[in-house]
Amino acid sequence: MIKAILIFNNHGKPRLIRFYQYFAEDMQQQIIRETFHLVSKRDDNVCNFLEGGSLIGGSDYKLIYRHYATLYFVFCVDSSESELGILDLIQLICFFLCVCVFVETLDKCFENVCELDLIFHMDKVHYILQEVVMGGMVLETNMNEIVAQVELQNRMEKSEGGLSAAPARAVSAVKNMNLPEIPRNINIGDINIKVPSLSPF
Amino acid sequence: MALKIVKGSIDRMFDKNLQDLVRGIRNHKEDEAKYISTCIDEIKQELKQDNIAVKANAVCKLTYLQMLGYDVSWAAFNIVEVMSSSKFTYKRIGYLAASQCFHEGTDVIMLTTNQIRKDLSSPHQYDTGVALTGLSCFVTPDLARDLANDIMTLMSHTKPYIRKKAVLIMYKVFLKYPESLRPAFPRLKEKLEDPDPGVQSAAVNVICELARRNPKNYLSLAPLFFKLMTSSTNNWVLIKIIKLFGALTPLEPRLGKKLIEPLTNLIHSTSAMSLLYECVNTVIAVLISLSSGMPNHSASIQLCVQKLRILIEDSDQNLKYLGLLAMSKILKTHPKSVQSHKDLILQCLDDKDESIRLRALDLLYGMVSKKNLMEIVKKLMLHVDKAEGTTYRDELLTKIIDICSQSNYQYITNFEWYISILVELTRLEGTRHGHLIASQMLDVAIRVKAIRGFAVAQMATLLDNAHLLTGNTQRNGICEVLYAAAWICGEFSEHLEDPMQTLEAMLRPKVATLPGHIQAVYVQNAAKLFATVLRKHEGETDSHAAQETSQLLIDRLPLFVQSANLEVQERASCILQLVKYIQKLQQKKVEVAEEVTALFAGELNPVAPKAQKKVPVPEGLDLDAWINKPPSESESEDEKPKAVFAKEEPKHSRSRHTEVDEKELARRREARKREQANNPFYIKASPSSQKVYDAPGVEHIPVVQIDLSVPLKVPGMPMSDQYLKLEEERRQKEKAERKKEKKKKREKRGKERKADSGPESEEDIAPAHQVDIVTEEMPENALPSDDDDKDPNDPHKALDIDLDKYPTVHWFPVQKSSKHKKKKQKKEKEEKEKKKKKRHHHHHHHSNAGGEDSVQNGTVEEEEPLPPMSNYFLLAENSYIKMVYDIQGNHQDESKVVVSVIFENKSDSFLKSMEFNVLDSLNSKLQRPEGAGAHDSLTVPFQLPPGISNEAHFVFSVQSIVMPQKLKGTLTFIVKSDESSTHEKLDFKLHFTCTSYLITTPCYLYDAYAKLLESGDLKGSSLRLEGINMPFHHLLARICFHHHFSVVERIDSCASMYSRSIQGHHVCLLVKTSDQTVSIDAKCDEPSLLGNVLDEIKQTFSKC
Repeated sequence: MIKAILIFNNHGKPRLIRFYQYFAEDMQQQIIRETFHLVSKRDDNVCNFLEGGSLIGGSDYKLIYRHYATLYFVFCVDSSESELGILDLIQLICFFLCVCVFVETLDKCFENVCELDLIFHMDKVHYILQEVVMGGMVLETNMNEIVAQVELQNRMEKSEGGLSAAPARAVSAVKNMNLPEIPRNINIGDINIKVPSLSPF
Repeated sequence: MALKIVKGSIDRMFDKNLQDLVRGIRNHKEDEAKYISTCIDEIKQELKQDNIAVKANAVCKLTYLQMLGYDVSWAAFNIVEVMSSSKFTYKRIGYLAASQCFHEGTDVIMLTTNQIRKDLSSPHQYDTGVALTGLSCFVTPDLARDLANDIMTLMSHTKPYIRKKAVLIMYKVFLKYPESLRPAFPRLKEKLEDPDPGVQSAAVNVICELARRNPKNYLSLAPLFFKLMTSSTNNWVLIKIIKLFGALTPLEPRLGKKLIEPLTNLIHSTSAMSLLYECVNTVIAVLISLSSGMPNHSASIQLCVQKLRILIEDSDQNLKYLGLLAMSKILKTHPKSVQSHKDLILQCLDDKDESIRLRALDLLYGMVSKKNLMEIVKKLMLHVDKAEGTTYRDELLTKIIDICSQSNYQYITNFEWYISILVELTRLEGTRHGHLIASQMLDVAIRVKAIRGFAVAQMATLLDNAHLLTGNTQRNGICEVLYAAAWICGEFSEHLEDPMQTLEAMLRPKVATLPGHIQAVYVQNAAKLFATVLRKHEGETDSHAAQETSQLLIDRLPLFVQSANLEVQERASCILQLVKYIQKLQQKKVEVAEEVTALFAGELNPVAPKAQKKVPVPEGLDLDAWINKPPSESESEDEKPKAVFAKEEPKHSRSRHTEVDEKELARRREARKREQANNPFYIKASPSSQKVYDAPGVEHIPVVQIDLSVPLKVPGMPMSDQYLKLEEERRQKEKAERKKEKKKKREKRGKERKADSGPESEEDIAPAHQVDIVTEEMPENALPSDDDDKDPNDPHKALDIDLDKYPTVHWFPVQKSSKHKKKKQKKEKEEKEKKKKKRHHHHHHHSNAGGEDSVQNGTVEEEEPLPPMSNYFLLAENSYIKMVYDIQGNHQDESKVVVSVIFENKSDSFLKSMEFNVLDSLNSKLQRPEGAGAHDSLTVPFQLPPGISNEAHFVFSVQSIVMPQKLKGTLTFIVKSDESSTHEKLDFKLHFTCTSYLITTPCYLYDAYAKLLESGDLKGSSLRLEGINMPFHHLLARICFHHHFSVVERIDSCASMYSRSIQGHHVCLLVKTSDQTVSIDAKCDEPSLLGNVLDEIKQTFSKC
């Protein structure tokens, strides 16, 4: 089970938080602070697993994180999750964010996940995340399936007039993407997939 | 109306949307809090408007603010409003907000049930999807119960998108409403073979989560998973399944054997590191579970170790880390195969990543042997020097001590070396672990007698150089070692070369800056040293030197008498007076040394940490029985039990300590000796080495003779390295020697080395000197550890349901649980005897065997016979049939009770086709067989000839047990006489009293009971019964029998009683009687349950 997904920046400011177990707001903030404290003091060239976050879970729980540019993506998981699998999942989610939200920055994807885009579209990011992880369990890892579902829902929103005009941009961009060329199913489980292999987009 | 809409949209133009809010917050970095509070005010205004779009926008902003830590629960109702919008856009916003901030305590959540149900059955798949996603985050037990059916239906939805979400959310539903697991399971199992890979993956996910907690219930699915494993290509699914197998194999070793081959194939073929890693992990689990079963899995181990080595050598830190993690699992069972990679592990100690270094340290712990301990520790000491002032250094320090002290110093061949290491460790500045080092020093010095001389010399040097340790500040944790040093020097002062110098060192004025508890030890041990010095001088008849010593103490001690620390002050002034007195005697030329030494005579022995707790209660000793006659009534009357209910320490607890007379002690000692003589693992003490102690039991500390073959004398401050060199030389020499006298030695060693030979034989390394480690004292017959590490609050416990069985109705002839204690049992048997006479022969043989015997064997101690009692209450009766019933719960299942109904045929006709049915309530449900509808009746599995009675059992599931409940029901049956048959029916009301949820639970330990009462978790209530005209023991028997209590302790007219509910509530009663008045003080962690139980007790007594 995934117990929490936290995204915060290099200063510990939360950019997206998703707890799959209830914590009161002040406790949530404390967890974020503690987690930030733990991961921020680690060099970029050390391993991405961390034991000993005392607030969430206890001994069975681990923090698995990735650091992209200005953002930390942290997953708090228990022992039923594969460590390497989750690492790949984080990469996958980042990739979706690039595809579905930060369309215009796709060329600089990964290395430049733009924090601003994330802040202004927190709700969109949540909707994408919901298609990947539900209630603490991984729902779908098939790239095409996720993109298709997100696109269909955005289209539905657009047909209703939307809350504001902003999402239309993303929708059109997704639509214009040459979907079949996206790898059918990112070989989740293979850590060796690195950024350059995505350059064809 | 139109105007309103227009106005609304104009308003909207001026509203901030989420982006504006974020931008605003970023532009107000200085006064962010103030800005946000104005935003919240705006949002409050927006929420008051009728326009749903405005509300949705406001809720969307609230979601953002929630992330920043603002409590938005005040808007819960508005969130529900937005959730129920018909537009997908708004609905999605509403559900997102709800999933972020709703929880079980949110009261508006109960308003959402119908809305969610509507969304779940919506024709638009995304409405359903959004509802499922939201629900997965805030599902409560109530929602789970009410919506379980709807979600179960969705598991067969036509759209895979919905199916997979429905399947996944079922896990959350199970957690909140465990009853749903059994009915939903068949369908869940079906989904494992769903055509859509997403749904399949979701089902695997859910079952893996379930099985992880309660693997034994899912063993039967192993073949299905096996099939999936060999067919699936989805790495996620494969990883999950392989992890699941890792959990299942310990339960079923045959499964492991089957798995090895496909797993090895996967290991060879896969390119995905994550899959490879999980395969290796599971192979390790399999190998552990097989451990010694198969001879030929060394190939598999080799493969695993080899693959792990590749991971560890990889440049990717993550792989390195995981490789080490998995390696440590292999280490536990196959240490040999890991030990060959020692080089690699040691290399990891140099890694720049701290987590990797820590993992490597963990591994080292298991890799040491007698052969390599010194070498490894030397390497670690180098790292200690390098890692100046970090937490990692502290970690290293504890690891060094752990490694050396593990399994009772098993790997240490040279304790002088170890003491030197400890002394070297004291030179670390700023470590937190001074205390740890100190306790090691004490432990070694006390338990390894041979080393005392050396240890004392080292400690004396430490004391002499104490200024190096105390250095600058007191918070320096390392000064703790001075505590150990002072104690060792004092206690074993006979080994000191120059006690006078040490005494002088211990009384330096600088000592007064040490922490109080250390000073106290200094003062006390200065006295011990004083005694030694005196004796030495008197032996040499040097009275002048002796008097000088006294003068030294008299000069220095006043400093400590002034100490602010009570302990120091008290000890110092005592000793000062003592020394002054001694000085007087000395001036009169009286010899005092003997008497002063006598102050500190005797030796302390190590006692195992849990020894006290593990003393078993000897057979035939009743801790609850009075040793002396109970005190006269006037004294005891109310005092004692009252103390229990008040939060005082129970006064009488002392009476529990058994005082055993000398004879008994001697007898036990004899028995113990005999037992030890027969125990091959017990090291016998050789009488010559033993002093005779006064205290009983001391002579049983196993001590082996010491044979100091290599006298070591290293001048100056010892460097542990010197030992390393010496050790090597010694080994070489020994090797040469051994060739000569191999035979001779082996014979000898066979006896001597039982104490410390390791699991892997290291025959070729003999310890530098035969050292015996005094084992810590444990009481004989110590009970095995009874620590229960299962968390009673684990939500997953409720899901421990055996899914292969479908126990709905149990039919078995009357055979009541026989575990119930004391009086109840007896009464029950009487009852049974009575019934048996009435009952027909067709199930006689069942109860015959035990019944009569136990009545005879039962401990009959009653003064007066009790009136017969029955727990069976009348359920219903007509001219054909009479039904009586009793309700019993059991501890195994906290949500089930068994209703036993005795059907008695009163007519002259044959009764058949009896069908039993009740109208379920929300709280209590009759368990019906799989596939039966919620209103189907159950067939009673017997027919009744005229005049015959028989008993059937029905299982009911209950949720809340704090309230009594009545269920209406009907029995239909056919009355068949010679000429006709008629349908008859009989209505009844089943009364589930709160008492029926209580289970007689004997509470053997009064202490535990008292502790429970003192814990303060229980709430109290009381009851007064007037005009009770029956003997006290009858009264107690009635409470025991009718209300399922057991007597914890009874003193005269007071008794404490205990019972537990099926859901684990404790119920404690204190019953007191005087003059026909009975007062019952009661405590329970569930006040309403208690209230109801008391009412029921009152009713019981109002009837008689």
